[in-house]
This record gives sequence, C-alpha cells and structure tokens, in this order.
Amino acid sequence: MKADQSLDCMGLYCPMPIVKTAQKMKDLKKGEVLEVVADDKGIKQDMPAWCETTGNEFLGIEEESDEIKVYVRKTKD
Amino acid sequence: MAEKEKMSIVVFSDDLDKALAAFILATSGASMGMDVSMFFTFWGLNILKKNSGGGKSKGIMKKMLNFMNRGGSRRLKLSKFHMFGLGTWMMKKLMKETNLPSIDEFITMAKQMGVKLIPCSTSCGVMGIAEGAFREEVESLAGAAYFLNEARQSKVALFI
Repeated sequence: MKADQSLDCMGLYCPMPIVKTAQKMKDLKKGEVLEVVADDKGIKQDMPAWCETTGNEFLGIEEESDEIKVYVRKTKD
Repeated sequence: MAEKEKMSIVVFSDDLDKALAAFILATSGASMGMDVSMFFTFWGLNILKKNSGGGKSKGIMKKMLNFMNRGGSRRLKLSKFHMFGLGTWMMKKLMKETNLPSIDEFITMAKQMGVKLIPCSTSCGVMGIAEGAFREEVESLAGAAYFLNEARQSKVALFI
C-alpha cells in the first residue's frame, strides 16, 4: 500500500506505537496516509481500536515475517 | 466528537508495576484523544515526589514518615519479587531492553500529552507532605469532590 509518511516502531511495545502514531498524525494533512511499521503483535488490535476512537480511517494490515505494517488515513485536521 | 471524552484514574499504590499500568493507560488514553486526569493519593503520592527530595514536613511523626517513606519515581519497588532490590533492578533492565519508558519518562511524556497529575490534598495533609516535595509537573492539590466530578463525567474511571 502507498503511504505519504512512514513511522518506524520496530522493537517498541504498547503503548509506544500508539503514542507515536498520535504524535505523528499531527504532521499529516487531511486525507494523507500513514504507514506504521512495528513488530509488536498487539498493534493489529490496537490500531483499529485507536482509529475507532479517534475517528481516523483504518485501511489495513500487511505482514511480512516479523514486520507488521498498518495503514491509517487522517480524516480530519 | 465535539467534547473530548474523559478518563480518570486514582493512583493509590506506589508499586512500580502498578504505576507502570497506570501510566500506560493514561498515555494511551491521551493518544486516543481523551482528556486524562490522574489523582494520586496515599502511597501513590510517592510517584510524584522529587527524586532529589525536598519539602520540609512539620512535626516529628510526619518528618519520620517522610524520611522512611521517601518516594521518588526512581525508587519505586515491584509489588512482587522485589527481592531486596534484585527483582526490581532486573525488571527495570528488562523494561529498558524492550524500549519501554521508565516511570520518570512516562511522567514527562504524560505531562506533554496534557495528562493532569493531581495530588490528593487530604493525603498530603495527613502524611505531612509539603507541596515543595513534588516534581514540577504536578497540578494544584485537589480533594475527593474534584475527583468525583471528573469521574462522573468520565467514560473510563479506574482505581490502581
């Protein structure tokens, strides 16, 4: 999936990927897509939940061996 | 979401593990756009005390209590397997290895994210903790009514 920006969260555990995502989203414009690369499996549940609460759009997950990539679209400024 | 959702946490314990749980939930909540307040009471106040000490207590019993119950985010112990410091030392090492922030870093992070750190005024009074004993991140003291008013409006209210 194509993303406008990428965030490296490899080696980080909850809550750090979510905390960093929330900070990083401030740099994105409305409609842009953020890719978060992580290896903590919890992110597969956490990111959709974060999106549901914050109202951002969850686009999906791509997994390659240990690397989990999740995609989020910013829906509001 | 017009009004921000609220989350309130009472932090009663000064165990390292419980403090960690409290700060993980608080920073996650703030990341999810929630308005988070943490109320520190009784032993929980130790988490907010300066590591360097400071603040003079009045009266011999209060002085003694705060001498023995020194507090400070870097002096917290595990609720289990403290083992005269060995277990806690190992847990801190494991936290570092897994890139988890320390309680100290969590306090700074939480503050930056807008989490309110509020010491309970009654506990401070009973235990003789001077306001100068706390680190600079704390808000002004408050009582039970303030917490209940926050908790009443919160979708998430926890006691740790």
